[in-house]
Amino acid sequence: MVPAVALEGITKIYPGVIANQDVDWTLEWGQIHALLGENGAGKSTLMNILYGMTTPDSGRILLEGREVLIASPSEAIRLGIGMVHQHFQLVGTLTVAQNILMGMEPRRWGLVDTAAAHERVRALADRVGLPIDPAALVEDLPVGMQQRVEILKVLARDARILIFDEPTAVLTPQEIALLGQVMQRLASEGKALVFITHKMREVQAVATHVTVMRAGRKVGVADPRKATAAELAALVVGRPLKAPPDAPASEGGAPLLRVENVSCRSSRGLEALSEVSLEVRAGEIVGLIGVEGNGQSELVEVLAGLRPVTGGKVLLAPRSGGTHVDLTRATPRARREAGIGHVAEDRLRRAVLKPWSIADNLVFDRFHLAPYARAGRLDHAAIRERGANLLARYRVKAPDAQTAVGTLSGGNQQKVVMARELDDRYHVLLIAQPTRGVDAGAAESIHDEMRALRDRGAGVLLVTNELDELLALSDRIGVVYHGEIVAWRARGTVTREELGRLMIGGRMTGDLGTPA
Amino acid sequence: MEPAILIGLLAAMLRLATPLLLGSLSGIWAERSGVVNIAIEGMMLTGAFAGYVVAERLLDAGVFDGDGTGHLWIGVLAAVMVGSLLGLVHAFWTQRFRTDQIVSGTALNILAVGVTAYALRLVYDVGGSTKLPETLPAILTWSVNGKDGPVGVSFTPLMVLAVVLCLLTHVVLFRTPWGLRTQASGEHPLTLTSLGLSVLATRYVNMAISGGLAGLAGAFLTLEGIGQFNEGMTSGKGFIALAVMIFGRWKPLPSLAAACLFGLADAMQIFLQTLGVEVPAEWLQMLPYVLTLVALMGLMGRSRPPAALGQVS
Repeated sequence: MVPAVALEGITKIYPGVIANQDVDWTLEWGQIHALLGENGAGKSTLMNILYGMTTPDSGRILLEGREVLIASPSEAIRLGIGMVHQHFQLVGTLTVAQNILMGMEPRRWGLVDTAAAHERVRALADRVGLPIDPAALVEDLPVGMQQRVEILKVLARDARILIFDEPTAVLTPQEIALLGQVMQRLASEGKALVFITHKMREVQAVATHVTVMRAGRKVGVADPRKATAAELAALVVGRPLKAPPDAPASEGGAPLLRVENVSCRSSRGLEALSEVSLEVRAGEIVGLIGVEGNGQSELVEVLAGLRPVTGGKVLLAPRSGGTHVDLTRATPRARREAGIGHVAEDRLRRAVLKPWSIADNLVFDRFHLAPYARAGRLDHAAIRERGANLLARYRVKAPDAQTAVGTLSGGNQQKVVMARELDDRYHVLLIAQPTRGVDAGAAESIHDEMRALRDRGAGVLLVTNELDELLALSDRIGVVYHGEIVAWRARGTVTREELGRLMIGGRMTGDLGTPA
Repeated sequence: MEPAILIGLLAAMLRLATPLLLGSLSGIWAERSGVVNIAIEGMMLTGAFAGYVVAERLLDAGVFDGDGTGHLWIGVLAAVMVGSLLGLVHAFWTQRFRTDQIVSGTALNILAVGVTAYALRLVYDVGGSTKLPETLPAILTWSVNGKDGPVGVSFTPLMVLAVVLCLLTHVVLFRTPWGLRTQASGEHPLTLTSLGLSVLATRYVNMAISGGLAGLAGAFLTLEGIGQFNEGMTSGKGFIALAVMIFGRWKPLPSLAAACLFGLADAMQIFLQTLGVEVPAEWLQMLPYVLTLVALMGLMGRSRPPAALGQVS
């Protein structure tokens, strides 16, 4: 059989970096082909070449055995190749139908024929089994639905080869399961699917073939139905990964952070949290999980001082011990001075300044303190030194600490944020989505740093969408549903299935644990 | 109040609102595609000048006689073309060379003031211009008899055209493929890129339209308004037009209402002055500008500009 795509000897060199070196790769019809590799291994470059976003320096692209030149995305679309982007390419203020049919709208006397457009979208959605309301505004849709619009947009252009770039990075477990079914259905119709991911569990759940890349080269193939997650991860990182330590749950020491009956509103003015109480003790990691939009993000914002409360109290025990101080109305800086660090969920909006250097990003929380500031002047030597030290310790892939953070991959940006926040200056850490878009090797080291911090006596509040991460790190797990914490579980006493049920509101009698 | 006074006020409002409406449409076309256009003022001024000079020269050369309106219409066309040209210059600087859009717009505004003043002296040897014998005549006049003789509202061609263009902008922006492309270009240009559509082409075309509309607003001032050109005669109308656009939430129909509101404020200050209110004229003249500030303050946070506005693609 002639493969759908055959890449032969693809090489792409950027100044100073070999993105792809002599890569041979084939994709057959009906395959769901996972492309694995660390951040910067060359997966995205390879797919960008296939989608016409960049051209290879050498090598050939064969589409159904015929050599083609793909100079632009429009050329790729014409050839039946579509990409579902990690960052959705959607216009929030337009409707679902307007987004899907952009540039190919049915017309009537020069105007967009809305009725016909909705009919076309509905017919397409029914045919592929992805029902959606064509008249809905995209910005009003949850993330999973927005991705559905992305997929339909690609299918509306008759794509037969679909590239999914980290499709599950921002999805909830329920949405991920649904996406897996959709991908399998598309493959069963004979389409060829490629997906880039960092999550081994998903590879095993849906992929039929696996290609692993490292440092721009193809280093191996695997059969996802036979290989274990650990074997796949080892292939990606180039060394076996440690199994997460199977330590018993930490009992925790004195309560550091006390949240008492806190309520707040969402950005839309609706009630986001209603009278939430919890404690984070010294030397424990408290994990919170919930379907996105149930209030866990708002809770972190409240605790970081980025969102006002409508009721309740936030109390923190000083590092030196003693009675708790009331931080309910304290500014974000005052909270940091008091010892609360914050790894923000939205990295680009709240955690880094892209045009600034790594070293400068590493002192955002302390640029006004000695030794980085002396008598109102910045000490650039001290800032550079801290940058160089943390760069090495966290193995950030960058030429030096003067590199702009915006030029790094998402995973390396996250390492910079972690390097800044997982610091002994803080004895309470608020950490949201610590490994979003981060590869397995880097995630392992981030997890190690978090455990080390805990073992040094810090209290950590972790909010994550990743069940595996939650289960591997948390000493206690709280499930957030509709602005309340509906259940507490200790480490090792809960299964993935039970958590999944609790997250969608499956509250059973006798099932309610008590906080703390 | 006497009906004649109300009608006089209405007439003044329509006359003063027209350039603001055209200016706000100019802003909508530019900003909806993602380009900040603070050069509306300059484009308006240049359009006013070009329109006047072309019409006056044609008349002077005897190509047209003073009884017809042919020279005026060619002047209008010239104003639109000059405005479009400036729009394309702004697009070229900001999109091709990635100049900051505020800097480019400011440069065009300053350039417009200098070039029109200089060219005026070059052509006429004086700081002011002579009055054209005629301006574009009303298509329809509605008048009633007041205390001091008849008072009327005249509907002039460009005034009517402005309303037609406003409706047209509404239809094109929200109902045509081009309008959707424009919105995508202003909200999330990568959407277009990822579909193989050109952001650059979208912005160039829209900036040409934006400039043309600003030029048309200028033509209204000279060829349908006072019939002559004075240095700096736009006196901030291009900037007020931007406030109108923001007040109208980047939408054509609300902008029409906003333009009428601002026009009314301007009409009121003239009316109050003629009434001989015991307030210094300078205070009354502030009225439309104060309204601009108040309107923008009241709208803070509630009016959302296109997401990708001013960003370099």
